[in-house]
Amino acid sequence: MSAVIEGHHDDHHHGPAKGITRWLYTTNHKDIGSLYLWFSFIMLFIGGAMAMVIRAELFEPGSQIVSPEFYNQMVTNHGLIMVFGVIMPAFVGLANWLIPMQIGAPDMALPRLNNLSFWILPAAFGVLLATFFMEGGAPNFGWTFYAPLSTEYAPPTVTYFIFAVHIMGASSIMGSINVITTILNMRAPGMTLMKMPLFVWSWLITAYLLIAVMPVLAGAVTMMLMDIHFGTSFFKAGGGGDPVLFQHIFWFFGHPEVYIMILPAFGIVSHIIETFSRKPIFGYDSMVYAIASIALLSFVVWAHHMFTVGMPIAGELFFMYSTMLIAIPTGVKVFNWLSTMFKGSLTFETPMLFAIAFVALFTIGGLSGLMLAIAPADFQYHDTYFVVAHFHYVLVPGALFSIIAAVYYWLPKWTGYMYDEFMGKTHFWLSFVSVNLTFFPMHFVGLAGMPRRIPDYAMQFADYNMIVSVGAFLFGLSQLLFLYVVLKAIFYGKKATGQVWEGAQGLEWTLESPPAYHTFETPPNLETGEAKS
Amino acid sequence: MYLKKLILCLTALLLAPLSFSAWDDINMTPGVNAIAQEIFGLHMIIFWICVVIGALVLGFMVFLIIKYRKKEGVEPADFDDNPKLELTWTILFAVILIGMAIPATTTMIKAYDDEEGDINILITGHQWKWQYEYMEDEVSFFSNLLTSLDARNNIAPKTENYLLEVDEPLVIPVNKRVRFLITANDVIHSWWVPDFAVKQDAIPGFINTAWTYVDEPGVYRGQCTELCGVYHGYMPIVVKAVSDSEYKDFIQGKRDLKAQQALLTEKLWETDELFTIGEEVYLKNCVACHQVNGAGIPPVFPALAGSEIVMNDKGRQVEILMEGVQGAAMQSYAEQLTEVEIAAVITYTRKAWGNDAGGDGEIVVPKEILDYKNNKL
Repeated sequence: MSAVIEGHHDDHHHGPAKGITRWLYTTNHKDIGSLYLWFSFIMLFIGGAMAMVIRAELFEPGSQIVSPEFYNQMVTNHGLIMVFGVIMPAFVGLANWLIPMQIGAPDMALPRLNNLSFWILPAAFGVLLATFFMEGGAPNFGWTFYAPLSTEYAPPTVTYFIFAVHIMGASSIMGSINVITTILNMRAPGMTLMKMPLFVWSWLITAYLLIAVMPVLAGAVTMMLMDIHFGTSFFKAGGGGDPVLFQHIFWFFGHPEVYIMILPAFGIVSHIIETFSRKPIFGYDSMVYAIASIALLSFVVWAHHMFTVGMPIAGELFFMYSTMLIAIPTGVKVFNWLSTMFKGSLTFETPMLFAIAFVALFTIGGLSGLMLAIAPADFQYHDTYFVVAHFHYVLVPGALFSIIAAVYYWLPKWTGYMYDEFMGKTHFWLSFVSVNLTFFPMHFVGLAGMPRRIPDYAMQFADYNMIVSVGAFLFGLSQLLFLYVVLKAIFYGKKATGQVWEGAQGLEWTLESPPAYHTFETPPNLETGEAKS
Repeated sequence: MYLKKLILCLTALLLAPLSFSAWDDINMTPGVNAIAQEIFGLHMIIFWICVVIGALVLGFMVFLIIKYRKKEGVEPADFDDNPKLELTWTILFAVILIGMAIPATTTMIKAYDDEEGDINILITGHQWKWQYEYMEDEVSFFSNLLTSLDARNNIAPKTENYLLEVDEPLVIPVNKRVRFLITANDVIHSWWVPDFAVKQDAIPGFINTAWTYVDEPGVYRGQCTELCGVYHGYMPIVVKAVSDSEYKDFIQGKRDLKAQQALLTEKLWETDELFTIGEEVYLKNCVACHQVNGAGIPPVFPALAGSEIVMNDKGRQVEILMEGVQGAAMQSYAEQLTEVEIAAVITYTRKAWGNDAGGDGEIVVPKEILDYKNNKL
């Protein structure tokens, strides 16, 4: 344990430092959790603004507000920011806040590393966003940055992009090391692995995924860097290289990456559903095994993103079967959530609404994923709006809704103040309606043949695109309401109790709200009590 | 006005499943040949399985939400597992998946068939156009987007086939097995014609194969489906399936054209003639990057107006057009354009935008391009 508080005598035990240095030098898991969450919130609005530009451009056929070049920059950076700047940091923020409180630890195992993991993130995104003001413009080759479009044919700013990706990767790897070390070493006495709360389990597995694949991403961008500046030909067909190799490496990272963005959501939703069902989670053991199997399977399905690159038929069939297998553990999870609600005593506060919407809409996203797994049918779906609909269903009403649910659920614990339930529910219903208005019609235009990543489209797609755009604007505006609800709770909220929710189980609820700056300095003893969440 | 349209759209959305014509707009095309129809059938099977599963899950959720909302005096149950039930549904999932995998595998094997075709066509993706080369007949041409800039910028009206029309469609005969050999010249593209259920990535350094067999004469449209740069959205595919005799005429016509073009190269050309042809060529092939006013989009697409090479270095300009520029978007036009067209477009750029006054004002005639080609051989 490192001593974290320096200076002033009067706050040497419990209080944070004063002023900006509190945030710059902090090694406190709660402060760092807040920093991650606020960072991700800001990035949500930046990435969201880019989505608004995209939808404004696609509102009607014909050129609308931006050039095709700028449109590609928007598409690329919207993806990069939402993946690396919103979903991932938000989950790391939740991990920071919750893991120590849920396992009865005083802080993360490596507090200084924790500070560094956070503070290099704004630097990475500063570099990425700065490319908008450089000659040649920001990266424009899609968030999947396929070579050679991202190497021989990239704008000169690609080098900054590579550097930014390296920093983001370093941040994620350090964060994961911290999570694993904390979970494996700092659990309260009596908390065996199979008694850990599911959010902790989901993050333990996610952290291993991150450590396994972030270096692969770093390898891919390093090879790009070599191709661009040092005359190698990893991906250059003209020099004997292989452009398809890039896609194999990228998706070997990319597929585990998409599970990195959903596994912690599974943990969050499990907690919320059991709390508001007033009933223990159904099938705890199978939940853990399901997460672990999804994580393992994620390493052997990557080429389902590449069914049209011209793989041999054995490859097509292998990746089709392995991908279909993922439906089994995922189905188990959905059925377990439903069984948790079965014969419960349900109430529908805002976190529960978002969690139920998560289960429902994630199921839709999962089923369209199953359709995409069918390789011959994928020849028609691949790179159309059907794919866009699919991954937005799992990432927006999936991952993002789980994060929003988590914020509503734990905000009273973090801040000590309740949010406005009426406004929270309003936020939910606006988001729920608009998210479906945005992403559901994308299935139709995709099946009807609209390719992704095009700045303009043929006439037959016009009507549905207009609906999608209206839905997107509404969804974007609804998130401003979310910001309002959070700020209102912090500044004008009613005092929250320690327990907060009637049915909430777990160590974090035994603390007062807000918890002291340092909690569980003496670990709670679970050998006497029930801790299984 | 938008509000009215929106209301219309929302009504259409609600009514869509009821009307058959609207159903076509929101579903995959059934396609025009056996394999496409089989893939469509597979899609519909999987689709309905997913709809049924989805409806059951969501329906059960609604039931739970209504039935088990908190009531006074009703205690929640406290069971937290049921291994038999869990095993049952795990096996159930596996059975459903096997049921899906069987038809998917048979369709996959049929779709993957790379036997030689009656006709073999090499398709090459370029930024941002397709090149079609009939391997047996030694005929080759490029297919460019026809939709005008004015239509794209909402100045001219948009026609029915907005962004899905090309100057020279790929022509194939009906009732013949046509094999496509697909590759790319610069970045990765993807050649997709939904009616044939053919989507195959065009990758530099690789040749992928796909095939089709069309019974019905007709015009079939598709688009590039892999992000390939700025004008990815503007490289459509149009395939015209015609009777065998029409196909033979088409090939003969292409050959005659080639002979005529060879004659034109030898002709004595006036500057004005070249300038007029050059302007047309420029507007069709060059504006995407170098812009109508020759200003380009630096630094990626350099300006031609006021460029030292365009004004004073005729030799280098010819070389760039013929060879392309390594490591940049500028490709070789030696095969895409005829000698007349290359000479004309060079002449045009050397005379337009004040380059005439600022530089040596020399023009290039088709013979010089031919000489360049011959010297290289």
